Amino acid sequence: MTTIFLLTLFLAGGPRPVVIASKPFGESYLLAEMFAQLLEARGFQVERRPGLGATEIAFQALRTNRIDAYPEYTGTGLLAILGGQPSSDPRQVYRQVATEFRRRYGARWLPPLGFQNTYAIAVRRETARQYGLATLSDLARVSSSLRAGLTPDFIGRPDGLPGIAKAYRIRFREVRALLPAVKYQALAAGEVDVIDGYSTDGFIARYDLVVLEDDRRFFPPYEAAALVSAAFVRDVPGGVAALTELSGLLTEQSMRQYNRRIEVDGVPVARVAAAALLSLGLTGPTTRERDAQRATSGLLGYLWDEREGIARMTLRHLLLVVVSLVGAIVVALPLGLALERGRASAEPIIRGVGLLQTLPSIALLAFMIPLLGIGVIPALVALFLYSLYPILRNTYTGVRDAAPEAVGAAWALGMTPRQILRYVRLPLAAPVIMAGIRTAAVINVGTATLAAFIGAGGLGDLIASGLALSDNRMILSGALPAALLALAVDGLLGRCERLLAPGG
Amino acid sequence: MLPKLAVVQGPDILLRAENVTKRYSTTVALDRVSLAVVRGECVALVGESGSGKTTLLRCFNRLVDPDEGRVLVDGTDVAQLDAIRLRRRIGYVPQDGGLLPHWTVQRNVELVPWLREVTGARELAAKSLQLVGLEPATFADRWPSELSGGQRQRVAVARALAAKPDVVLLDEPFGALDAITRADVQATFRAIRRELGVTAVLVTHDLHEAFLLADRVVVLRQGRIEQSAPPRELRDAPATEYVSRLLQRAQVLQM
Repeated sequence: MTTIFLLTLFLAGGPRPVVIASKPFGESYLLAEMFAQLLEARGFQVERRPGLGATEIAFQALRTNRIDAYPEYTGTGLLAILGGQPSSDPRQVYRQVATEFRRRYGARWLPPLGFQNTYAIAVRRETARQYGLATLSDLARVSSSLRAGLTPDFIGRPDGLPGIAKAYRIRFREVRALLPAVKYQALAAGEVDVIDGYSTDGFIARYDLVVLEDDRRFFPPYEAAALVSAAFVRDVPGGVAALTELSGLLTEQSMRQYNRRIEVDGVPVARVAAAALLSLGLTGPTTRERDAQRATSGLLGYLWDEREGIARMTLRHLLLVVVSLVGAIVVALPLGLALERGRASAEPIIRGVGLLQTLPSIALLAFMIPLLGIGVIPALVALFLYSLYPILRNTYTGVRDAAPEAVGAAWALGMTPRQILRYVRLPLAAPVIMAGIRTAAVINVGTATLAAFIGAGGLGDLIASGLALSDNRMILSGALPAALLALAVDGLLGRCERLLAPGG
Repeated sequence: MLPKLAVVQGPDILLRAENVTKRYSTTVALDRVSLAVVRGECVALVGESGSGKTTLLRCFNRLVDPDEGRVLVDGTDVAQLDAIRLRRRIGYVPQDGGLLPHWTVQRNVELVPWLREVTGARELAAKSLQLVGLEPATFADRWPSELSGGQRQRVAVARALAAKPDVVLLDEPFGALDAITRADVQATFRAIRRELGVTAVLVTHDLHEAFLLADRVVVLRQGRIEQSAPPRELRDAPATEYVSRLLQRAQVLQM
């Protein structure tokens, strides 16, 4: 009783950390880091959960009070979460999401940060000069002689290419689908003349591009703001007040510069955030002024500099893999043995477990947020579920097909079913079962990288942030250890298998 | 087994089947079969596949439980015995040897003494190996995969005999061996049986084997006993047309 009382007291009485999350792209990381540093400067304890899957996952986590705040865009809230009709008036969109989110989910939109990150149609400066382009209406006049490189997403969605084609009567000479990672280089190299981007992309400043004005206000407004949970408003009103200090202070111009420092120059997010808060007069000078030369070192130097973080995340990764794998062995092994005894029900059950394997991992992770929140627990459960099938299938098949003539003789000479299982079937099935465990382990090491999207940490954090910040060294600093880990785990289990192997 | 001190009245019957019937879904494997095996006797069950010979064999150690009728071992209805314990009292040699591939020869042969928790399992196993002509020093530590087919069957016989059972059941024990090896192993088995006087029931589709090893040959056909007689009598006076055709086909008339 006393323990429970003390525990309750501790849980209720201790200072509650504020959980700040972001979505997995550069600007979201930056804004979240700014939120976090601002709160810390105001004396709050902060827990960071950067790079949560995508809108669905981040919002699910917020709605269920697993996180307190993350940066979101009003247009996304309206279109992706509320499923509403786009409107061109930023104030109306903000009012709409603010009212509806409060009514439906109890979540609040804090006053906008001051800039929009909407779709931006960009051209090279010389193209703009040559054709006299300033607006999308200008572009429409000459579009038939220009080649466009657009993201597949933009080509497809109604508020993308089909929409502007209709609103402005734009017809490009040629449309090529390009991934975000390459479209800026393609434009700079003259492979295409027009691209879609986001208005605050750092590359717009980097390549000195001209963003054409949406003079008919076709694109819905995507005003950035802090989206905060009901629990946060209730429990930490001071924290909400601290976050609103940022409202109205950021501009598209300044965001482009910050994003450029992160995406193009490779400056760590925390440093850019600290500098931004300092220049906005929200914080004093900090001691965060380290890692100045990091951006210029090569891959090996980077790996060496980041060794501590990489080691920590590798350890976390290993923990995710080992715990989920052990759980799966503990469940799948006895289940496989039980199914072998009652074969009639075996195939349907094993196929059912196999179906789990076909669920896209991101979807599975998203489903689990309302039940288990975000962080390590849902990641472990997901990895556990993915590990079940190979172990279950191999245990069942291995034990079923283990030397039937030996099993028959053991039975005829007076072994009990339990003795047959222990002394004959299991040892003979061991190599097949181990093969299943090894398969599960290697799959697990790979799948665990996705755990980063629900805030479970591990090497996926590095891969996800590296992808979001287009930082190849960071991607490799996650991917290389993950590959080595897969090899190491497989090798280790291979040794275990040889130790277990029956003679002869 | 204590020696019988009472006055022996008639032959000492160790195994008995009384009106045993066994059906598998639509087919009748055994149809009111009765058979008695005298202590020390070797009986061969012969017949074509589907004749019920293996099913009958398996009734004696309760690998098969009859639908009707009784099976008695040493005077006791086996239905009243614990099947696992019964099997540990009865030797068994399957066609393919059925050695546990992950156990050494030694451990394989020790199996039944170990299951019966008999002391001196190691010595019993060594003796049994010697009996089947395998020198323990050479073979005890080998794996089944390191043996020839004939050696494997010898180990299977040694395993069946290691715990000194009163009865040994053999299910086509030498059928998978080549002719020369088979003759060798058959000769060994014959010698052992003479030496130990162990009761044996042998299923075979090979009449030569039956004539060579058995004191009595029982011909089964479609779940019924066609004839039960010593080899010579069977050869000289086949009771039915079917038996004489079987003999003709096997050309045992020349034996």
